Amino acid sequence: MLNVTRAELRKLRRPTLLISTILVVAALTALFTSIVFLRANSGQGNGQRGEIISPAVLSQATGLIYGFKIVSFFLGITALCVFASQTAQEYTLGTLRNLLVRQPSRMKILFGKYLSMIIFAIALVFLDAVVAIGVSYALAPHAKVTTTAWFTSTALSLLGRTFVNVLLTTLAFGTLGMILGLLFRSPISAIATGVIWSLILETILGGVVSSTQKWLPGQNFDNIAQGGSDTVSYKWSLGISAIYLIVGFGIVALLFKRRDVAN
Amino acid sequence: MTTAISVTDLTKVYGERSALSHATFEVPLGTVCGFVGPNGSGKTTTIRMLLGLIAPTGGTGTVLGQSILHPEKYLPQVGAMIEGPAFYPALSGAENLKVLASLGGFPQSRVSELLEKVGLADRGGSKYKTYSLGMKQRLGIAAALLPNPKLLVLDEPTNGLDPSGIQEVRNLIKDLANEGTSVFVSSHLLSELEMISESLVMLREGKVLFAGRTQDLLAAQIATLVVEPEFTVDLGKLVEIATRHGKEATVDAGSVHIVADATWGATFNRLAFNAGITLASLSATQPTLEETFFEMTGE
Repeated sequence: MLNVTRAELRKLRRPTLLISTILVVAALTALFTSIVFLRANSGQGNGQRGEIISPAVLSQATGLIYGFKIVSFFLGITALCVFASQTAQEYTLGTLRNLLVRQPSRMKILFGKYLSMIIFAIALVFLDAVVAIGVSYALAPHAKVTTTAWFTSTALSLLGRTFVNVLLTTLAFGTLGMILGLLFRSPISAIATGVIWSLILETILGGVVSSTQKWLPGQNFDNIAQGGSDTVSYKWSLGISAIYLIVGFGIVALLFKRRDVAN
Repeated sequence: MTTAISVTDLTKVYGERSALSHATFEVPLGTVCGFVGPNGSGKTTTIRMLLGLIAPTGGTGTVLGQSILHPEKYLPQVGAMIEGPAFYPALSGAENLKVLASLGGFPQSRVSELLEKVGLADRGGSKYKTYSLGMKQRLGIAAALLPNPKLLVLDEPTNGLDPSGIQEVRNLIKDLANEGTSVFVSSHLLSELEMISESLVMLREGKVLFAGRTQDLLAAQIATLVVEPEFTVDLGKLVEIATRHGKEATVDAGSVHIVADATWGATFNRLAFNAGITLASLSATQPTLEETFFEMTGE
């Protein structure tokens, strides 16, 4: 399986994919973190769904991680696109047959690929953390935010927890991307379905019928990064996300194992 | 183990369509075996089943002595290029081979050796998407050679190659066979296969028409005597002589074509001489593999 992971990492580190992903993640993180800090004194809302995060709140230990976790949804969407495309392109390019001739165990291919994606996701989340913390620190004086509480053990433990939660969210979206990639066997169909569902349909559904938020996969994935919300608990989101992903992954793994590779 | 590939009653059915029906053949170890058939005859389906990419509906098979139901046991010793080369366009040729080398656990040093072997040493660093069809084909062959295979399965390896490229592939296959590698190669270039294949498997509409030694197949075909008289006015008389002696004869482009093997040439020469006809030329021709293929497949 490690041979598969090594091979996959070679593909993931190609400049066109790596540089563009780094730029997108860094730009989004910098943008969202900047909004949180630059509009902290505006009183018009600088958080998710119009939430107001004042300089006083940002000066607490939690101030360190606002910028970091606010971009988790888009980080997840980025992972969804990368995971979906890396999986589905093996079918469209016809390269799956090469992989299977060199590694006939389809489960090793699948889990080796997944492991490489996890490594890629860890790198994305780490980049997100570094950029968010860097931008937060740089903009803190401008937003009249004091950073003394950011370097306490409480803040660092919060940072560690948030890192794990954002990583779980990123992996959840990425896994959804991989499931769609294996199901549709076409990067365009998989990405379009995943993005349209998570970005548009879930937002409309959750907005129109708020009780559905508890059941919508994308909303629950993101809720993990936020550490839970007033309406949906962290534990619920973790549990329901795990159920969705394990069932989905189980089905596509079975299909991947049994399906003829005829293209 | 005396066979590289052995299949018995191998069958693949898609819904109501039978892609391969009860195919039975053997490929002797250490030989080059040609795999021929019109498009859609089941060649690629067979190759995919041998490589564990699709599951057979029925029948059994072994590759290098191991059941095709357990491809993990033999694929580390098999190199394959199926239905043309398929690589990642954004990676260079060398990177593409390194991906496969990592996957199979082969030393990365094999990559430069193989690029050299297939004539891509100077373009190994270029992106695959910039390659010509011939270069892609060469890279596919290099990928198939990565494991230093005991069995090489090639599906149309000369597609897109220029005449010198075709000759290089032919020589490469010959060299590999001389080193003891078994080669199972499908191609539409039957003249090429005739030159390199010791044995042959011929398919048509999912059924095996012939499986055996190439020589045996060609020897079993009816030869033709091509006779050209000194004066064209004698063409009719020659046809009459041949017909009188129970041979089928036709006139084509100033010569008489008689269905008979070479041994009847002397007899016919004598008969023509006795009839006062001088022959300008007399030759016996054996059908080529291509002619035999067309004859057998009805293409």
